[in-house]
Amino acid sequence: MRGIFRRAVRDTVPVMTGYLVLGAGFGLLMRANGFGAGWAAAMSLFIYAGSMQYAGVELLASGAGLVSVALTTLMVNARHLFYGISMIGRYKHAGAAKPYLIFSLTDETYSILCSAPKDRRYDLWVSVLDQAYWVFGTVAGNLLGGALPFDTTGVDFALTALFITIFVQQWQSTRQHFPALCGVGVSAVCLWLFGPDNFLVPAMLAIAAVLLFAGERKEGGEKDA
Amino acid sequence: MPDAHAAAAIAVMAAGTALLRFLPFAVFGGRRTPALVARLGRLLPCAIMGMLVVYCLKDVEFSSAAGFLPQLIGGGCVAAICAKTKNALLAIIAGTALYMVLVQAVF
Repeated sequence: MRGIFRRAVRDTVPVMTGYLVLGAGFGLLMRANGFGAGWAAAMSLFIYAGSMQYAGVELLASGAGLVSVALTTLMVNARHLFYGISMIGRYKHAGAAKPYLIFSLTDETYSILCSAPKDRRYDLWVSVLDQAYWVFGTVAGNLLGGALPFDTTGVDFALTALFITIFVQQWQSTRQHFPALCGVGVSAVCLWLFGPDNFLVPAMLAIAAVLLFAGERKEGGEKDA
Repeated sequence: MPDAHAAAAIAVMAAGTALLRFLPFAVFGGRRTPALVARLGRLLPCAIMGMLVVYCLKDVEFSSAAGFLPQLIGGGCVAAICAKTKNALLAIIAGTALYMVLVQAVF
C-alpha cells in the first residue's frame, strides 16, 4: 500500500510541477476576469481539463452563448476520445473507482498510466494526486495572485519534457516504431497544413486511419486479437 | 461577471468534457470490445505520445532563433538524458531547468 502510494508520488512529480504552475496561472487569469477562488476551484474540480479551462476563461469573460461553449469544448477536448479508446482494456475491471478514473483522465494522467504496469490502486493514486495538484495550484494562484517570489517563466516546459520522456521510454521498450513515427509524422504534417489552432482533430482522424490501414500489414505476421 | 450564465457555461464545459471521456467506454466498453477498436487501443499509446509532443511544440516558429532554439535544445536535452540514463525524472528536471535559463536569460 505505502509502496504503491510512494511510487505514485514519485512518478507524478513532473505533473505536480507543471500543474501547480499552470493551475496557478489559470487561477490568476480567473481572478483577473473577476472570478473568485470558488469559481476557479469549481472549474478545476468539475471540468478538469487544462487547455479547455484556459479557453473557458475567455468564453466566460466574453459571455459566449452556451452552444458555442459546447462546440468549443468538443473541439478542444476531442483528443480525450483517443485516451478512452486506449484505456478500455486497462480500466475494464477497475471496480467502484472506474467512473472517477475515466472522469480524471487528462493528457498527463494518461501519459503516466498508459505505459505503467497495470495496478488499480496505482491508477487511482496517480489520478487523485494529479487532480489534487491542479486544484491546489488553481486556488493558490487565485488567492495569491502573482505574488510568487521568483520568475517561473518556462517552468511549464516540465509537461512537454514529461511527454518526451514517455515517448523515449516507449520507443526503447518496443521494436515496432511504426505507431510512434505515425503519431509524430502525421501530427507534424497536419500542423503544417491546418495551423496550430486547428490541427488536432484532423491529426487524430488521420492517425487512426493510418494505424488501422497500414498497421494491418505491419502487424501481419503477429498473432492478433 | 460571475452569474447564472457563467454557472451554466461551466456546467456545459464540464458535461462536454465528461461526454468525450466517457463515450469510448460507454460505446465500446461492454463485455466484448470490437477487435478493430481493441487493436486501435493497443497501437494508440505510442502514436498519442508522438502527437502530444508535437502538440506541445505547436507554437514554435522559425523566423527567429528565440522562436525554436529553446524548445529544440531543451527537448533534445530531455530526450538524450532519458535515453542514456533511463532516468526520466532527472531528464525532466535538467531539461526544464535548461529551458528556463534559455528563455529567461539567453534568448
